[in-house]
Amino acid sequence: MVTTTERRRKGPTLAQREARLGWGLVLPASLVVLALVLFPLVWNLSMSFQRIRLIDLQNFNFLDFGDVSLNNYERVTSVSDFWSTIRTTVIYAFFGTTLSILLGMWAALVVRKPFRGRSAVRGLMLFPYVAPTIAVTFVWVLMLNPTFGIVNEWLGGLGFEQIDFLNRESFVLNLFGWRISLPLALTTVILFEAWRYFPFAFLFILARLQALPAELDEAARVDGATMVQTFRYVTLPQLRGVLSVLFLLRFIWTFNKFDDIFLLTGGQAGTDVIPVAIVDWLRGRADLGAAAALSIVLALILAVLMFVYFRWFYEEE
Amino acid sequence: MTTTTSDVATSTRRKRTRSEIEARVFGILKWVSIVFFLVITVFPLVYMIGLSFKPISELLQNPGNFLPSWNDLTSLDTYREVLRPVEDGGQGFFTFIRNSVIVALATMIVTVFLAIFAAYAAARLRFSGRKFVTWVILIVYLFPAVVIAIPLFVLFSRLGIRNSLFGLAIVYVAQTIPVALYMLRSYFQTVPAELEEAALVDGLSRTGVIWRVTIPLAAPAIAAVALYVFMIAWNEFLFALLFLTESRDLWTLPLGVQQLDSTEVPVTLLMAGSVIITVPVVVLFFAAERFLTEGLTAGGVKG
Repeated sequence: MVTTTERRRKGPTLAQREARLGWGLVLPASLVVLALVLFPLVWNLSMSFQRIRLIDLQNFNFLDFGDVSLNNYERVTSVSDFWSTIRTTVIYAFFGTTLSILLGMWAALVVRKPFRGRSAVRGLMLFPYVAPTIAVTFVWVLMLNPTFGIVNEWLGGLGFEQIDFLNRESFVLNLFGWRISLPLALTTVILFEAWRYFPFAFLFILARLQALPAELDEAARVDGATMVQTFRYVTLPQLRGVLSVLFLLRFIWTFNKFDDIFLLTGGQAGTDVIPVAIVDWLRGRADLGAAAALSIVLALILAVLMFVYFRWFYEEE
Repeated sequence: MTTTTSDVATSTRRKRTRSEIEARVFGILKWVSIVFFLVITVFPLVYMIGLSFKPISELLQNPGNFLPSWNDLTSLDTYREVLRPVEDGGQGFFTFIRNSVIVALATMIVTVFLAIFAAYAAARLRFSGRKFVTWVILIVYLFPAVVIAIPLFVLFSRLGIRNSLFGLAIVYVAQTIPVALYMLRSYFQTVPAELEEAALVDGLSRTGVIWRVTIPLAAPAIAAVALYVFMIAWNEFLFALLFLTESRDLWTLPLGVQQLDSTEVPVTLLMAGSVIITVPVVVLFFAAERFLTEGLTAGGVKG
């Protein structure tokens, strides 16, 4: 008894010391994140209810919550292309994500088994993901250039007319008498997305594939299952976890992707997505309040998506 | 009885032939696929490098030929012009390279330093805030940069640090801490706790353990995280665009490359700029490929 009270008087217990150290170690990083991510996030909400233009910036008072109104939201949502922007964002994120995962799965299955030069092939396949966005977007822009891009040069060689892939909103495809109108620029940026991010899916799926016990596959083979059957009934079910996590992660990140579309099309020709529209409110129209309001709209949609992710897909460790 | 055995026999035979056909088809398809993937990933790279050496007139004359001649390769005219200072009629890329290196290195050092300690605490120590901190970090990690860009723009403008490399670097630090923390935490969790406990029993303090045991053990992972943070800062475009557009002498490489995308500048210079920004990250990545790919898949890294 006496010894414990004495010890308690002497100083904190081991557990207390550990907790104190824990907080101490976490604090600097947390403060930075708090000040530069969480605080702006909250402040963005308050800005979205105020009238702030770029020119007012010097006289803008942080604590002036004067005329709070929903004007910004009204302005942002009453723009004629508001709904089409949201629709484009969803289409872009959904197809970009799905295609990149399918391409990544295909690539992972191809290099799953060892062959000569496999590590070189695997390394080269990471290039689109590793290279800076700014460089690869401009390579695509140049390759697809209608007058001197290589793609149109080849198409011309095959007898086709020049196509301005990134600046033409729709393209009527004539398939055996069926006339299909294709959103051309949007399809092109989706293909870019699939190309740029398939290595990400590829890495995850390959890691999962290589962790699978080989015995299951062999057992299925011995039982007479063909390759397609083995994939369909043995391998694919074991990939479900990684595929669903990949889908949500990539969907969220594609949903708020700014650089790619901004650099490829500038949001023109039917490719205007919410992040590009936000920056346009800021830079183009110098309307900070409206930009803040639109980014809150984006954050709300994402919050719902994240709730879904944590509720159903996220498993710690 | 006889019929059933023969039934089984024919069905297995049919299965076997189907298996054989599939095996043959997939055997061919595999190589076709490898060629396909190599073409789509390597061709844009070859095209970029090839055009970066060519004079624009050659490209306009013959758009189909993207391979530079020996002359183009040795003259290096496009690169000279891109790197030459603006005063001498060039594009001033040396300045942009210097700015990018400063910002990316500063971000890397500060982020890794802060993330090591936080990740250690999140992986090892028992304290009430541990779960909370990990969750907050994870949510931040998934959150869009564009949502905090507007308030940071206003805040930094008022503080007078918007037009500075310092302002840019601290935003990058805040943006990369979650990724670094997440990757390092999953690594620390794989380091056996017994080693540290042994050191603790031997009389080392907790901080001593971190310095002398954990960090040396995690050195490869820390190097991979550092490289990854460097790459993120090197490639970042949105904040650089919002913060620095007006001050050309502070531009980082992505802004420099974007500015080459203009009707007044030949596209081959744009490609030379793209090569300049791409080469360092690709070299760094492949130098540390194994660590990086393992780290990427362990942390689920944003991109």
